[in-house]
Amino acid sequence: MELIGKVLVQLVQLLLVLALAPLLTGYIRHLKARLLRRRGPAVVQPYRDLLKLIRKEVVLADNASWLFRAAPYIIFAATLIAASLVPTFATGLVFSPAADLIAIVALLGAARFFLALAGLDVGTSFGGIGSSREMMIASLAEPAMLMFVFSLSLLAGSTQLSSVADFMQRPEVGLRVSLALSLVALIMVAIAENGRIPADNPATHLELTMIHEAMILEYSGRHLAVIELAAYLKLLLYFSLIACVFVPWGLATAGEGFGAFAIGLGWYVAKLAVGGFLLAVFETGTAKMRVFRLSDFLGVALMLGLLAALLLFVSRGL
Amino acid sequence: MAATKILRDILAEGQARPAHRPWPCAAVGGEAWEQAISLLQEEQCTLLGLWGDQGMVHLALLDADGKPAILSHPCEGNRYPSVGSRHGAAIRLERAVRELSGFEPEGLPDWRDWLDHGTWPLQCPLGPAEPVSAAPKTYPFLPAEGESLHQIPVGPVHAGIIEPGHFRFTAGGETIVRLEERLGYTHKGIESLMAGATVERAAVLAGRASGDSTVAYALAFARAVEAARGAEVPARAVWLRALMAELERLANHLGDIGAICNDAAFAMLHAQFGFLREQVLRVADRCFGHRLMMDRVVPGGLRDDLPEEGQGAIGGLVAELGRRFPELVELYENTASLQDRTVGTGVLPAGLARRFGAGGYVGRASGRAFDARRTPGYPPYDELQFEVPVREEGDVDARVWIRIREVEQSLAIVGQILERLPAGPVHTPLAAPAFAEERAGAALVEGFRGDVLAWVRTGADGGILRCHLRDPSWFQWPLLEAAVEGNIVADFPLCNKSFNCSYSGHDL
Repeated sequence: MELIGKVLVQLVQLLLVLALAPLLTGYIRHLKARLLRRRGPAVVQPYRDLLKLIRKEVVLADNASWLFRAAPYIIFAATLIAASLVPTFATGLVFSPAADLIAIVALLGAARFFLALAGLDVGTSFGGIGSSREMMIASLAEPAMLMFVFSLSLLAGSTQLSSVADFMQRPEVGLRVSLALSLVALIMVAIAENGRIPADNPATHLELTMIHEAMILEYSGRHLAVIELAAYLKLLLYFSLIACVFVPWGLATAGEGFGAFAIGLGWYVAKLAVGGFLLAVFETGTAKMRVFRLSDFLGVALMLGLLAALLLFVSRGL
Repeated sequence: MAATKILRDILAEGQARPAHRPWPCAAVGGEAWEQAISLLQEEQCTLLGLWGDQGMVHLALLDADGKPAILSHPCEGNRYPSVGSRHGAAIRLERAVRELSGFEPEGLPDWRDWLDHGTWPLQCPLGPAEPVSAAPKTYPFLPAEGESLHQIPVGPVHAGIIEPGHFRFTAGGETIVRLEERLGYTHKGIESLMAGATVERAAVLAGRASGDSTVAYALAFARAVEAARGAEVPARAVWLRALMAELERLANHLGDIGAICNDAAFAMLHAQFGFLREQVLRVADRCFGHRLMMDRVVPGGLRDDLPEEGQGAIGGLVAELGRRFPELVELYENTASLQDRTVGTGVLPAGLARRFGAGGYVGRASGRAFDARRTPGYPPYDELQFEVPVREEGDVDARVWIRIREVEQSLAIVGQILERLPAGPVHTPLAAPAFAEERAGAALVEGFRGDVLAWVRTGADGGILRCHLRDPSWFQWPLLEAAVEGNIVADFPLCNKSFNCSYSGHDL
């Protein structure tokens, strides 16, 4: 009986991320429009877009293989699992032992692998360009992400997110230089991974400058809906990750009851709102960088992650 | 200058054609024609246009003193010695002449069609206009060879809502090795439609060659017709025409600066400049009854006078822009991430700009200080104070800065026009032609993109027999191919937007 309750809570988290992800994207788009003195679409527009896409027929290229049709679901499944493993409103849920940072990175890597393959599958030049750029980003973003994981695990003694969040709530953690470096590195990785400005422009119509959009140009109908939803989920995942590691306040612990869960949920939504606002402001005030400057950008993230890990070694007197 | 004298000699020796106004025009034979091509090749003259009509091919030139002239070469057996074989800027013009009029340029190495994609119902619509033969047309792109080069076909249908054009990139990784344009998708047959039309109908068509330059086109056409007919335009109409042309320049430059920023994903300036552009369009709508001021300039003057409150509305607009514009320019200048994209991107060498006679911001950003308002010049600009900004860098940033400076100049010009606007009528109906023979007229007008050339031949009844409109983009599109070479593929949209060539005006 107890187990059923725990599984139910975990299921609630899974549905929660699924329900909140389009809202977060819609909220950021709306904010950006307001910052440009436009009225902007309603925050629920992404839901409408998804509904519209699901109802539309799928147009497939003649030479699309089974991979092209299967990839959207693989990408979606991997991203959904990864997003529902990151603690949102509570720690210590029943699947928490699986919520290992390395597992999450691997899940996202798998999703990316299939997305890049799907971009190449139809054989259009844009898909190829997008895939090649995406892999260039990945080759730098993933090591940077792993450096972040290492420094975190050195500090918290675990790569499991629930224990990391619990550890970070303790008063003895305090302010640490390596934590600040890690945070900056993680934010930079998150920007590049989610195709936000200055790495990529999610609103562009220019085929030649696209990264993420170039890979999915050939998708339509429900396939596109699923891929879009996966992209929304990925953005939410990075928000949750930053919130759970660096601002873990308000997180409920499993078994505390519904009151604590409700408070945790309130905190979580508030954190998303603040994070979304910061992202919208940052994106409005920056131009996109040249494609080849991305390697410098992510190189900095990698160095920061490395520095954070090194500082931790040094401070421990190794 | 020696070159000027050579051209004068060519004109003097040729058979003068007095029915052409206001520029000197002469029919010339083989040797003089070759001499003129040599002048172009040696960059002593600038090519203004090349078109075919009535068994002759006409070559419009601008000499070193800024004086235009037209040389006509008879096409015996529908052939004439090619200009493009020695002067690259003429190649596309000659390919278009071959398709439209059926005159074969002897010695032109490029045999491919240009505007006709095999979908026209007629061959040579401006010449014999025969039904097409069934042979399908092929269009091989120019090759680029090397290890690990790959081709990227882009367009003609693009992901954004823009005009159609095909771009064939050959890239080594992300670096562009060669770009080849394929245009002609928006060919509307404007010149065929104008042949035989009344002046009123032809003026409407001219205003639609390129919608964003509708005032410039209508003005060029009107001035060409007025030159041919020897018509006088009331002073107030002349000044109001300049006012409209400057408003058009303002609206387009403001829109362009914002759009360039948007292509670097800096949406804030796009929104802000879009806001300013919208204000210009609304004032134009209030004053002239149309946001783009389409069909307001007609041969003989203007369709309507500026309403009484119009002067105040435009004055308010100038004041508002004068206040808001500098703040946005400062933001452009101080945003490092944006400067990083525009500075040093898409450099057009000054030599190429000079050789192709690139007009507008494309030429002026690469050191070519040409402005049709100055040379050859037309009223009322001879009475107005303004500067022609020039930069030497030739990159995207320089093209933005030329636009910024021109906005400032246009604001100053509008202010001067408002102060000195004469009173009186704005339209003099064109008098019935008092001559029995055909007349031809030409005019060069500075649109926001550069110099628009209009040439008309009118009949004894005053109708339009033939009209040729040459968009500034004819000499800018080929330069875009040169400017993006060695840049990365992802920077092409930014370079393209900074050129902002017209598809419609080019395809006609």
